[in-house]
Amino acid sequence: MPEASTRPIVVVDDVHQSFGEVEVLKGVSFTVAKGGVVCIIGPSGSGKSTLLRCINGLVPIQRGSIRVASFDVHALRTDKEKIALRKEVSMVFQQYNLFPHKTALQNVMMAPIHVLREKPDEVRARAIALLTKVGLAAKQDAYPGELSGGQQQRVAIARSLAMRPEVMLFDEVTAALDPETVKEVLNTIRGLAQEGMTCILVTHEMRFAREIADEVHFTDGGRIVESAPPAELFDHPKVDRTRAFLSQVL
Amino acid sequence: MQFVWNWFRWLYGATGINLTVFYDPFDRARFASGFVMTVELSAVCILLSVVIGVLGAWIQGSRLRVARTVVYWYIQAFRNTPPLVQLYFFYFGLGSLLKGVGGSGPIVSNVTWAIVSLSFFAGAFNVEIFRSGIEAVPRTTIEAAESLGFSRLQTYLRIVFPLAFRISLPALNNNLVNLVKTTTLAYAIAVPEMLYVSSQVWSDELNVPEMMNVLLVCYFLLVGVLVYVMHRWERAIRVPGFGI
Ligand SMILES: Nc1ncnc2c1ncn2[C@@H]1O[C@H](COP(=O)(O)OP(=O)(O)O)[C@@H](O)[C@H]1O
Ligand SMILES: [Mg+2]
Repeated sequence: MPEASTRPIVVVDDVHQSFGEVEVLKGVSFTVAKGGVVCIIGPSGSGKSTLLRCINGLVPIQRGSIRVASFDVHALRTDKEKIALRKEVSMVFQQYNLFPHKTALQNVMMAPIHVLREKPDEVRARAIALLTKVGLAAKQDAYPGELSGGQQQRVAIARSLAMRPEVMLFDEVTAALDPETVKEVLNTIRGLAQEGMTCILVTHEMRFAREIADEVHFTDGGRIVESAPPAELFDHPKVDRTRAFLSQVL
Repeated sequence: MQFVWNWFRWLYGATGINLTVFYDPFDRARFASGFVMTVELSAVCILLSVVIGVLGAWIQGSRLRVARTVVYWYIQAFRNTPPLVQLYFFYFGLGSLLKGVGGSGPIVSNVTWAIVSLSFFAGAFNVEIFRSGIEAVPRTTIEAAESLGFSRLQTYLRIVFPLAFRISLPALNNNLVNLVKTTTLAYAIAVPEMLYVSSQVWSDELNVPEMMNVLLVCYFLLVGVLVYVMHRWERAIRVPGFGI
C-alpha cells in the first residue's frame, strides 16, 4: 500500500445534523489523509449513513464544517456548487441504486457524458476498461435486473469511478449481498485502496476493516465514541460501549 | 371497390339490412368525415392530455406551492364532475362569455371547445397517473443520480421520467381508451364526429339498428388499434428484469 500522505483531504469538524427535532449527528470530527482508508463502524441508527450523505452534500448540516479537497461542503448553496463537489466525491450505496432502464455500460457512461460533458467515444472506452477492472466486461450489455447483487454493486463502483473522484464513500455496500458475493465486492474495494484511492467505508465486515483501514471510528448515538488504528480498536478497545458492540458482532 | 358497394346495395334488396353508409355516396362521405373527425379528435386529445399530465405531475413535484395548489384543484374539479357537464361548461359557459366580447360569430369553434374540454378531462387523470408513477421511483435511485452530479432537471428527464413513464403505461392505456370513448360526448355540442353524423344518417334513412351496429364495430376497431399500438409500445420499451 502506498504511504498515505499526511495532508488531510477530508476534514470533518464538529458536525451537527438534525432531521426536524431529531438530532442525528451530535458533533462528529475526524480527518482522512489523501490515499487513506477510514472505516466507520457502529450500531444501526447511529448516523453512519447520514454522515456519508453530509460529506457528499446530499443533506445540509446545521453546525460545524466539512472540507473535502478544495470544497467547503457546509457552505455550498447552489446546485451548481454541489455538482462541482460531487465530481470529487463519489458514493456507493447499500442498495446499489443502479438506473434500472440502462445497461451496465450505459450506467457507467451516463454521468461522464451528461455531467462531465466528455466525448461519448472516450467515455465508452473508459467505461469498458472500468467494467473490465471490476470483472464485468462480459456483462456490459446486461440490465441491472439481469445481474446478481454482487455484480450490480460492482457496476455501481465502476459507475462511481467513472467520475474520477478523489474520494470514494461506501455505505454498507456488502450488507445486502449473499455471503459468496461479498468477497468479489471486497476484492474490488481492496484493489482501489491499494491504488491509493481515498476511501471512507461504513461497514459491518470487521475482518475487512481490520485488514484495510488506517483508522477505525466507532460511532454510537450520533457521536464518535472511539477512534484508533484497527489492531488497537479491535484488540484493545478502551471504551465499554465499544467493547460491548464488538463482543456482539465479532 | 365498386363491387363491395354494390354488394351492400344487393344486401339491402335481399334482406332489408340497409347500410347506406356503404352504398350511398352521400352517406358514405358524411360517415367517413365523421370517422375522420373522431380519429382526429382522439389523436389531438390524447396528445394534449398526455402533455397536461406530464406538466401537471412535474408541477406537483416542484417547490412552487401556489402552482401545486392550482394543479390540485384542477384535478379535483375535473375528476369529480361529469365530463358532459364540463363540456357544457366550456361551450355554453365560457363560449358565450367569449362571444359576448367578440361581437358576432363564435371566436372558438365547437370542435376547439371539445378538444379543450376533453383534453383537460383526461389530463386530470393523467396527472394522477404520472404522479403515482413518479412516486414509485425509489428515492434512493434519485439520490444516486444526485450523488453522481446530475442536476435536478437532468435527474428528472433522464432517470425519473423514463422510469415513471414505464410504471405509468398500463394505467395510461386505460385512461386513453376511456378518452377515445368519451369523444362521443362531443355529439352534445354538435361536433360532427362519428356518433353525430350517424345520427344524421339514421334520421334521414330510418336505419337506426343498422347504424348502431356500424358504430359499435367502428369504435371496437378504433379502440382495438389503440390498445394494440400501446401494447406494442409497452413491450418495446420494457426493460429486462425491471419488474413492472
Ligand atoms: N430522511 C430522514 N428523515 C428523518 N430521519 C432520518 C432520515 N434519515 C435518517 N434518519 C434518522 O437518523 C438516524 C440515523 O440514521 P442513519 O444515518 O441511516 O443511521 P445508520 O446508517 O448508522 O444506520 C436514524 O434514527 C434515522 O431514523
Ligand atoms: Mg445506514
